[in-house]
Amino acid sequence: MTALIAIIVVLVVGMMGVYVSWRAGRLDRLHARLEAARFALDAALLRRSSTALELASSGLLDPATSVLLAEAAHDARSPQSGRELAESDLTRALRAVFSQPDFRALLAGREGAEELLSELESASHQVFLARKFYNDAVAVTQAARQRWLARIFRLAGTAPNPEFFEIDDSLVPAGEAGGRGADLPHLTG
Amino acid sequence: MRIGLVCPYTWEVPGGVREHVSGLAEALMDMGHEVSVIAPADDDADLPPYVVPAGRAVPVPYNGSVARLAFGFLSASRVRRWLKDGDFDVLHVHEPAAPSLSLLACWVADGPIVATLHAAMPRSRALHAAQPILASALEKISGRIAVAEAARSTLVEHLGGDAVLIPNGVHVKRYQKAEPLPGFPGTGGTLGFLGRMDEPRKGLDILLAAFTMMAPQRPGLRLLIAGRGDPDEVLDQVPGPLQDRVVLLGQVSDADRIRMLHSVDVFCAPNTGGESFGYVLVEAMASGAPIVASDLDAFRQVLRGGEAGELFETGSPAGLAEAAGRLLDDPERRATLAAAASDAVREFDWSIVARDVVRVYQAVAPAAGRVAVAL
Repeated sequence: MTALIAIIVVLVVGMMGVYVSWRAGRLDRLHARLEAARFALDAALLRRSSTALELASSGLLDPATSVLLAEAAHDARSPQSGRELAESDLTRALRAVFSQPDFRALLAGREGAEELLSELESASHQVFLARKFYNDAVAVTQAARQRWLARIFRLAGTAPNPEFFEIDDSLVPAGEAGGRGADLPHLTG
Repeated sequence: MRIGLVCPYTWEVPGGVREHVSGLAEALMDMGHEVSVIAPADDDADLPPYVVPAGRAVPVPYNGSVARLAFGFLSASRVRRWLKDGDFDVLHVHEPAAPSLSLLACWVADGPIVATLHAAMPRSRALHAAQPILASALEKISGRIAVAEAARSTLVEHLGGDAVLIPNGVHVKRYQKAEPLPGFPGTGGTLGFLGRMDEPRKGLDILLAAFTMMAPQRPGLRLLIAGRGDPDEVLDQVPGPLQDRVVLLGQVSDADRIRMLHSVDVFCAPNTGGESFGYVLVEAMASGAPIVASDLDAFRQVLRGGEAGELFETGSPAGLAEAAGRLLDDPERRATLAAAASDAVREFDWSIVARDVVRVYQAVAPAAGRVAVAL
């Protein structure tokens, strides 16, 4: 009889162990995904600011627009008061530059303009996507970490609690969807 | 002379640079010169006859806040047309490093160009990023003016070269006489503040803390504030029972601004920095208001080292409370300070300042010919 109880106890404990380690594995995978998303977001932001800087110093634009863009891009790369704020400011600067009347027409046919503009547009789209996917990963990871099992067994280990990255990253102002009404407006045609 | 002035910030919102440009334009016209100003503004905006609109300004993040600027090829072509029509002897741009009309004017013009630098720019790294772009346009400037030492050192640090120091001007006469606002200054004493309430560098929180210290001992003391910002945020910084002794005027007209300066017993300038010149101080001096100001370099200079106004340790509410209290209790000292200020402010009158500016034009113009369109 006691042998039977012992066997049951061993079995239950064993199954619990398997379950806990399975959950820990899941949390681990979530953190890995989060890490990858963070990396992609960093890369996208960096690409956007360096392309903006490139456009600013290309000589294609008038100097006032160039200075505006250069300063915003530079601030985004080495923010003085919060990265989210600096990146949002870069978005707003880009929006102001792109929404000049006839912007596209005035640059048409100039050497290298087409390439830089479409590169910048694609970099901006990349930021939008990377941020969305990163915040998705944050939400899932946060939820998983808050479950009682994860909290009791400290399954997340020493990994820091992930935080959402909130910026204004839309190339069109809120409430004014692009021509296609899509998330990725094609401002440059 | 035919003089073209370029204002980089929108004409439709009051601001230091705009006030400077309009004051200078009027003073130059009083001297018999022909003046045209180009500034960002809507085509149907209500403008003085000497201002040419360059189209609507776009709000963009710049230098830590949102500025209303005009940039882009279309703005540049407006400037080009204005230059052609104006046929100027000298082109005078203001704040040429700001990404707006002044920079565009340097870009499209050739010939005698004078530039005035207004702000001290602490964000040297950002400026550094834009420097190669700025350099080619700013190289064309043949005479530079700085309104204060801080603006001059910014220039020397970032762009090399030097500048002539010519202070900001004020129409002293317009400030000398005005009816105080109804019920002011009153018998219990009134402290005054002029400037944006939501700009931390203007130091309103320091004055509010000082007022909170002083008010319990001085039952009649009131605080009169004029400037843009959220009233609730300001009142929240003062204990409940004192709140009805804080009078908020909001943003006021030019005329009420002067009346406000005549309505106070002590004018307070608690700025903590970023102020390259201290225009409000000069306005207060011209109005004959006794002044208590932070001990900033620029303020110390304008107030003649404390002779024309009391200085207190920058950022110290206790220092401000002590200095303001001393003045409130001593009408004789207030009269002495006001008289010294009225005397000191004369060198800031536009008639004097504009004469110095014309000397710069004369030094630059003959050698460089007329203003032409380069691009």
